[in-house]
Amino acid sequence: MSSAKNININLKIWRQKNAKTKGSMETYKLDNVSTASSFLEMLDQLNEQLVNERKEPIAFDHDCREGICGMCSLYINGRAHGPDTGITTCQLHMRMFKDGDTIYVEPWRSKAFPVIKDLVVDRSAFDRIQQAGGFVSVNTSGNTIDANATPINKDDADKSFEAAACIGCGACVATCKNGSAMLFVGAKVSQYALLPQGKIEATNRVLNMVRQMDEEGFGNCTNTGACEIECPKGISLENIARMNREYLKASIK
Amino acid sequence: MKLDSKIPEGHISQKWTDYKDHLKLVAPNNRPKIDIIVVGTGLAGASAAASLGEMGYNVKAFCFQDSPRRAHSIAAQGGINAAKNYQNDGDSTFRLFYDTIKGGDYRAREANVHRLAEVSGNIIDQCVAQGVPFARDYGGLLDNRSFGGTQVQRTFYAAGQTGQQLLLGAYSALSRQIGLGRVQMFNRHEMLDLVKVDGKARGIIARNLVTGEIERHSAHAVIIASGGYGNVYFLSTNAMGSNVTAGWKVHKQGAAFANPCYVQIHPTCIPVHGTNQSKLTLMSESLRNSGRIWVPKKKEDAEAIRAGKLKPTQIAEEDRDYYLERRYPAFGNLVPRDVASRAAKERCDAGFGIEANDTNEGVYLDFSTEIQNKGKQAAYAKGNHHPTAEEITALGKQWLEEKYGNLFTMYQKITDENPYETPMKIYPAVHYTMGGVWVDYNLQSTIPGCFVAGEANFSDHGANRLGASALMQGLADGYFVLPYTVSDYLADDIRTGKIPTNSPEFDEAEKRVKDSINFFLNNNGTKTVDHFHKRLGLIMWNKVGMGRNEQGLKEAIAEIAALKDEFYKDVFVPGSADELNPELEKALRVADFIELGQLMAMDALQRKESCGGHFREEYQDSEGETLRDDENFKFVGAWEYKGDDISKEELHKEELKYEFIKIAARNYK
Repeated sequence: MSSAKNININLKIWRQKNAKTKGSMETYKLDNVSTASSFLEMLDQLNEQLVNERKEPIAFDHDCREGICGMCSLYINGRAHGPDTGITTCQLHMRMFKDGDTIYVEPWRSKAFPVIKDLVVDRSAFDRIQQAGGFVSVNTSGNTIDANATPINKDDADKSFEAAACIGCGACVATCKNGSAMLFVGAKVSQYALLPQGKIEATNRVLNMVRQMDEEGFGNCTNTGACEIECPKGISLENIARMNREYLKASIK
Repeated sequence: MKLDSKIPEGHISQKWTDYKDHLKLVAPNNRPKIDIIVVGTGLAGASAAASLGEMGYNVKAFCFQDSPRRAHSIAAQGGINAAKNYQNDGDSTFRLFYDTIKGGDYRAREANVHRLAEVSGNIIDQCVAQGVPFARDYGGLLDNRSFGGTQVQRTFYAAGQTGQQLLLGAYSALSRQIGLGRVQMFNRHEMLDLVKVDGKARGIIARNLVTGEIERHSAHAVIIASGGYGNVYFLSTNAMGSNVTAGWKVHKQGAAFANPCYVQIHPTCIPVHGTNQSKLTLMSESLRNSGRIWVPKKKEDAEAIRAGKLKPTQIAEEDRDYYLERRYPAFGNLVPRDVASRAAKERCDAGFGIEANDTNEGVYLDFSTEIQNKGKQAAYAKGNHHPTAEEITALGKQWLEEKYGNLFTMYQKITDENPYETPMKIYPAVHYTMGGVWVDYNLQSTIPGCFVAGEANFSDHGANRLGASALMQGLADGYFVLPYTVSDYLADDIRTGKIPTNSPEFDEAEKRVKDSINFFLNNNGTKTVDHFHKRLGLIMWNKVGMGRNEQGLKEAIAEIAALKDEFYKDVFVPGSADELNPELEKALRVADFIELGQLMAMDALQRKESCGGHFREEYQDSEGETLRDDENFKFVGAWEYKGDDISKEELHKEELKYEFIKIAARNYK
């Protein structure tokens, strides 16, 4: 019952040798792409063709290919993770495109995410924000209290989980006109703000994470909401509001 | 080579406690004098690096991804086991230990598995303390569900994203140590060789994947936590970058590689769609709690489905073969993974597969019964004791969505079919490797100072792994075992001082790495790396896959040896060494996969019995179930490297002793 068929497509792909050189859009033609393939499988096919022509394949980030590691990061036809909602690029399938389509593929575009090569960018700024406070300061010895000794309201636990489901892919930054990382940071702050664990260091957490976010060169949120629309995990703008409340509380303490 | 498992004396329930009490310690003021390298930052690596950093050692951690948060542990869906008995259904440390040993088909070490069961409760406490948002019930307490191979509810979970939340918990602990300067993190780095000085592991050679720079890193101990080797098959549920290089290089430097033939085939993956497919996607095993697995009873119905003339929903109840419920009434759809996988293969081989492509491989995972049952329950709970059929179906679907919504969405995105309306199509796929680097009770390989944790080692799973037990092992190794055993080893090193990186040993190791890179870049062949990887995968799946036999294995060994020759003669790797070069990365990894693939076939050939994930077709009972040979094969098969020709590797046997569990046939009927 598979409705898979093969299509021919044209591609305009950003090529850039490294962070220091200037990049440009290059044109490629690819035939016989199965509509059952994922977008990354289509790129594999193109790379196979390029290597067989003894040309340099296109570098792109990817790993788990099941939408959870957050490593894939393409800007496709002007949208983060392409023309579908609630998914990462690895889950975008070629059935979303038509025979003869021209598809534009670019890297994440943001000052805080410099290009490493072609479609690969450096997102280590996210790690540094996390290192500035995205944790509970508990020893790893396992000598903690029994897990059920602190009951947590189910709704709070569920909400915390929804915030924690952020995969750190950076689509929010890439799609934001200000290059803001507030959806990502808001999600991390919210996860802990909704739980009793680590409450004691809530003030430092939000102040340090926001400070680091600013230092990394991310822009500010102006409530446009593009991040929420393009987030593959449906992380809600509510988290930005919660972060702002936490920040305000921490600032006047 | 001598295999000394170092299993402590004493009663099974006291071994670890007594042993820990007598391990040597490193005083806090001496720990900063000691360097430790951790390769891999999944559950095992991140938790080990965080714990050792917390203790005060200088830790250097390496991962090939752009961030430690991307490690493939993040993709585990269903849950993590722990013997907490919160559900009062008779769970205990002993029962978890027993289920795991039995699930592993009596090919795991008793002492290791008991230790795993013992610390399982601590893992949950630790993760909750770190802010891992596990599922809760309305009373605010932790929720549990059950998994294949058990009759209790001991699995803790966070929707279908448990691995993600546990990994992010370990990543946050690691991030804290990085922020404090106790762990130095090397992203986008790959370990390409191990450096031994005076027989001890003293460092690694790593390649900076962005600049191509070859780096020397020294340490007093090296921990390998680099995951499994399922990508030998090309198609698997593993992340594309998962590879065996760190483990294989350690093997080449003298560490025994154990039970390579033990590969778990996961029963519930989305079937292969076509020749361009790059990887397979797993559907959580937790779905088997609610889904019923079936194929058509009549061959003509299966043919009509494949031809697109019939829909599964048009097949009447009495024309469906719920083969797991039929064959295994006691466990039904919740039999262990190897049993469920083989049963699916058996039905598809017999002509009842439903997938409409050239494989014909696929069975149904059907939620319609659950929709009706749960829908009715939900209506009654709302006080509606006379619900209409539409109300029941709507409420049932709502229930499913709350429980498995993300999995159903994922399935629909990939297959373009709505699993609320039509049964999911599933088929087994390569998932988890139980084999790996041989380690003793301390998780130390046969190279002193080289420790191996998580999926990269062979230790706790035997011939098969039960659901929700890999996450448990990764975190047990990293948080609660290595901090003790590594400290015991390092107690003799407090006066050693910094290990210099300008020694001949580092020169030699660096030369090996550079020679290999230069070889591939200058080879100038005609075929891509993927071309060879796909061919290796086909040999492995067809001849070292779900069913193996003597003739097929002998053919595989010869075919892989020939493929290796061809690979070195004819592979083409574009680009240069001093830049981000994914083709070069793949070439170096595939070189290792080819060698390991041959060893897997050799290991499967010598093991003339069927157990767990290793099914030798010659050894089955009259009902097609596995036939173990405890008399002759109750051992760990550990291989010693003997040079480039893999067929020369020497097999060593570690006898397994079962003192506290009585060995029995594994029966899920």
